[in-house]
Amino acid sequence: MTLMKNLLGAAAAVAVTAGAALADPAVIFDLGGKFDKSFNEAAYNGAKRWADETGGKYLEIELQSEAQREQALRRFAEAGASPIVTTGFAMADPVANVSADYPDTKFVNIDGFLPEIPSNVQMIAFEEHQGSYLVGVLAAMASKSGTVGFIGGMDVPLIRHFACGYAQGALATNPGIKIVANMTGNTPTAWNDPVRGGELAKAQIAQGADVVYAAAGGTGIGVLQATADADGVLSIGVDSNQNHLHPGKVLTSMLKRVDVAVYEAMKAGGDLETGIQVRLGLAEEGVGYALDDNNASLVSGDMEAAAEDAKAKIIAGDIDVVAYYTNDSCPVLDF
Amino acid sequence: MDKMPKWADVALIPFLNLTLAFAISMAVIAAIGQDPFEAVKLMVTGALGSSYGWGYTLYYATNFIFTGLAVSIAFQAALFNIGGEGQAVLGGLGVALVCLYIPFPHWTVAILFAMLGGALFGALWAAIPAYLQAKRGSHVVITTIMFNFIAASLLNYVLVNLLRPKGSMDPASARFPETTNLPTFHDLLSPFGIAFSKSAPVNVSFIVAVVACIVVYLLLFRSRIGYEIRSFGQSQSASVYAGISPVKITMIAMLLSGGLAGMMSINNTMGESERLILNSVEGAGFIGIAVALMGRNHPFGVFLAALLFGFLYQGGGELALWLSIPRELVLVIQGLVILFTGALDNMIRMPVERAFIRAAKRAEARDAKQKEA
Repeated sequence: MTLMKNLLGAAAAVAVTAGAALADPAVIFDLGGKFDKSFNEAAYNGAKRWADETGGKYLEIELQSEAQREQALRRFAEAGASPIVTTGFAMADPVANVSADYPDTKFVNIDGFLPEIPSNVQMIAFEEHQGSYLVGVLAAMASKSGTVGFIGGMDVPLIRHFACGYAQGALATNPGIKIVANMTGNTPTAWNDPVRGGELAKAQIAQGADVVYAAAGGTGIGVLQATADADGVLSIGVDSNQNHLHPGKVLTSMLKRVDVAVYEAMKAGGDLETGIQVRLGLAEEGVGYALDDNNASLVSGDMEAAAEDAKAKIIAGDIDVVAYYTNDSCPVLDF
Repeated sequence: MDKMPKWADVALIPFLNLTLAFAISMAVIAAIGQDPFEAVKLMVTGALGSSYGWGYTLYYATNFIFTGLAVSIAFQAALFNIGGEGQAVLGGLGVALVCLYIPFPHWTVAILFAMLGGALFGALWAAIPAYLQAKRGSHVVITTIMFNFIAASLLNYVLVNLLRPKGSMDPASARFPETTNLPTFHDLLSPFGIAFSKSAPVNVSFIVAVVACIVVYLLLFRSRIGYEIRSFGQSQSASVYAGISPVKITMIAMLLSGGLAGMMSINNTMGESERLILNSVEGAGFIGIAVALMGRNHPFGVFLAALLFGFLYQGGGELALWLSIPRELVLVIQGLVILFTGALDNMIRMPVERAFIRAAKRAEARDAKQKEA
């Protein structure tokens, strides 16, 4: 078996070598670190799944400083790695800069935006506003007080994008609903401040919110904890399925399948299609809401039906969830 | 003799401190199952073994020289400026505004105005805590720390709402025009036939930083105002008696300090990222405190300490890049260096000093005996 695997592996390696130089993929994790229980960890899980399934090897680094962005890209490109998968919007500009010097290397960036995409770069964007819309629908239906909360991490356009989709979903379901939105902070530490997340959650509960959606990386852990400790309050997790963290207290989680994106990019290897912007929305199963044993008792049949209905309408184009980026503002929520 | 010789104070003690810090670091690396000797070798070759490594080491060092000078100039006046971080953030904003909105014909002109813009914004950010300290007695440590947070919020607001190009997700300004891009060492040295790594970010700002060291030295130790700053730092009441105005010295020292911290941004914002990003300072303002402590608040000492921290940053980055050493361990090494050179300095200093004094006394006694005989 092992011999067979080795032989097959060797054959595969030869096949790859024939196409291009022997290329291991590489993953560059953003400043939050590989084990941030959120975005980067999802990327790591995708890479790990690829490695487990194919037995392949990949290079990786966790960035520690801004100046290392280009450094890491160049290092991996010079080591012959391809595709080089990068996470986080802050890598978009360095990728655009470096990719021109290494035309034979393929680059992938998740979450970034480039006005012109170089021919050897694939940009992956998630339609977070669509997934957030669905959890907004669920939140509005689950809320008894008529007030729902949103807690973001750092106040950046991406997080406003989450909040905007959520608010649209909640308002579409209950036009009279009150939405309380807070950001944790203005520095990168806002991604990893569970204590402040918990305080914000308590403040929102005091204002009457009985469903709180956290899109705040590690800060969200504190939000989920504070809502689980309070009576009759539910929370909504983000990025990966966080329902299991407090079974019966987490209404659902807004899924953003970064792991799938990383896995697919690494699997495609040399055949990765570049020069394009890939959008992963509801139709592509790139975003969604989590339903499992942990929250089965919280999501009624009606709620699931309403969410599925909204999902079908968004995919069909009957509901247009406005993206924050379109006008750099949100039609239903002020920041 | 009741003191140890000068060379022991400035060279031997730091060396012993560093050796201890590295010994413990190596023990930690061994404890997590990695080869400590290979790790040290990798750090040294990664940071100093190639023009690429030097390029990064000097790039980081440039940041630390500016912030280290900023902290030490205030410290000479007995003011503990913890706000280097916020002042550098504002300096970045000043540099960005100058680069984005003034059309420059050439980088040589651009860098002068950018230095001015960065220094002005940094100094302005230091001016408020300085005024509150001088006139109202609000402690500068508290106010400068608070101003770091205000600076972060202000920059975030400006980037997200005003300077960000439409449609971009990254809270960062547009790229600066080509004419403001500073030449790197590669560009500077290649006309002389010296090959320097093309991808290393060290740029002409390093030379500015070295010049800044000399200027700060002349200012502190060879000028009247420097003398006033230092005597104010040594004894406030004595300098007031001598006719030195506390308000004036507090303001001048803090403005100079903030200006130097702000000037750091010609390196990271104008020289490296070539656009204003949210996280451009990334703690250099705080590292500056350690650099100033280690450099004994002397410009030359700051220069050497900044090189050491540049080495730690780049060498540490290489460790995380090529060994399966978690990046947190690099912080442990940096922390140990700060701990031993800053906080635990006396642990080494006192026994060494005693040893020197004892040796000197013994020699004296021997001399006296010889004379008797």
